[in-house]
Amino acid sequence: MAIQALQVVAQSATTMTPPASAAKTVHVAKLIDISSCIGCKACQVACMEWNETRPVIGDTDGTYDNPVELGANAWTVMKFNEIENAKGGIDWLIRKDGCMHCEDPGCLKACPSPGAIVKLDNGIVDFNSDKCIGCGYCVAGCPFDVPRISQTTNKATKCTLCSDRVSVGNEPACVKACPTQALTFGPKDDRIKYANERIKDLNGRGYDKASLYNPQGVGGTHVMYVLPHGDKPTAYNGLPADPKISSTVGLWKGIMKPIALLTMAATVFAGVIHYAIKGPDTVDDDHDDSKKS
Amino acid sequence: MSNQEGLVRYKGSDRLNHWLIAILFVLATLGGLAMFHPSMFFLTGLFGGGSWTRILHPFIGSAMFVLFVLIFFKFWHHNVLTANDRKWLSQIGDVLNKNHDRLPEVGRYNGGQKAAFWVMVLTMILLVVSGLAFWRPYFSHYFSVDVTRVAALVHAVSAWVLILTIIAHVYAALWVKGTIGAMWTGVVSRAWARKHHPGWFKEVTGGK
Repeated sequence: MAIQALQVVAQSATTMTPPASAAKTVHVAKLIDISSCIGCKACQVACMEWNETRPVIGDTDGTYDNPVELGANAWTVMKFNEIENAKGGIDWLIRKDGCMHCEDPGCLKACPSPGAIVKLDNGIVDFNSDKCIGCGYCVAGCPFDVPRISQTTNKATKCTLCSDRVSVGNEPACVKACPTQALTFGPKDDRIKYANERIKDLNGRGYDKASLYNPQGVGGTHVMYVLPHGDKPTAYNGLPADPKISSTVGLWKGIMKPIALLTMAATVFAGVIHYAIKGPDTVDDDHDDSKKS
Repeated sequence: MSNQEGLVRYKGSDRLNHWLIAILFVLATLGGLAMFHPSMFFLTGLFGGGSWTRILHPFIGSAMFVLFVLIFFKFWHHNVLTANDRKWLSQIGDVLNKNHDRLPEVGRYNGGQKAAFWVMVLTMILLVVSGLAFWRPYFSHYFSVDVTRVAALVHAVSAWVLILTIIAHVYAALWVKGTIGAMWTGVVSRAWARKHHPGWFKEVTGGK
């Protein structure tokens, strides 16, 4: 990958279009080929190393999930699920959970602080901690339940897709560490082509429902999966089948904003107009005896 | 209830409570609007920045609610809507055109004031309950993300309705002369009471 200028094409709580949205940088993507993943968690370790995150050592919940879920200091977590397959055997499904870097990010839509969440022209969705106010609206906006608010700093955190590494032409730390090439990174078009090859291969090996997970409900994502059981994404630790920005968030952060402000302004103006035309309601028949005393 | 100056409408404690609520409402509204619409985000500057707005807003709102609860228990029985009030509300055109002679007799409060009271009660309950669901970092973790989403929408809609109601409440006080004085000094003139609240006037003076 060539070095990419990290230009912002969309930012939270902003009514103007940033100038860089005219840019035409190559869209990047991380492809997670679940059929090649051995669950070694090298990606988790690399993520912690590169980003200097150290989750508190917790308790085991009896699974391989460790930590049990995403956290302010755990931006990617391997989730292990067992499902019974048609032959009566067990399929062990391992999914690397983390930010999907949506083309239409729900977190960015929900965020009230200008520029606290940005989308770069290469597709990466990034959080700016200095502008984050810690309200947690991004948590409500995200269809994948990814952002976490730090207990220590009260700032929202998540995977950055190693935007700092990508900006100087490197792949994300997790991709660098993956020993089986289950994780690959590059231009999104190339990743889709590679995914299709993998799917053809899986089809030939009995996984006839294998498919690419690049959900269009959020405009596609810059983190994609090759799912061997493409017909049941939810089997992979509840990966949503058709993720969309929730309609309540859509109302709250969409049509309601202009309508609320306009009606408030209109009500004030209605008062001004009424007062100007009708005049104040005065007590003109003031024959109040007590006042004269 | 009457003295030499006129008629006592509000005691000192009621007026203090009212103005404290008013100040807290303005602060909650400014902070809330700042986090509601990007064009209003500059208002966070009044509170020491975005994070401080986020921190203070729920405390301001909660304080307003607690004070409003006191007002509620003191005044709810004055605000029970009657058939007369419904008739008054249906003749809102006559109200706005100052056709007082066509309106049914108004008691301590008119239909509009009573309706506003109940809208305030309802929206403030909704605001507190919904606000709790996404109050970080203290309470939000007791609620699922789905609940948080609905709560945020309910909070915004309730706040919107409450703000519109308060705009109407403030305008009515500005429009009907002698009303703001009732809340500053607690006293209204006999003429004011006779004109705007004849039922209440008879009640406190015995019709004199």
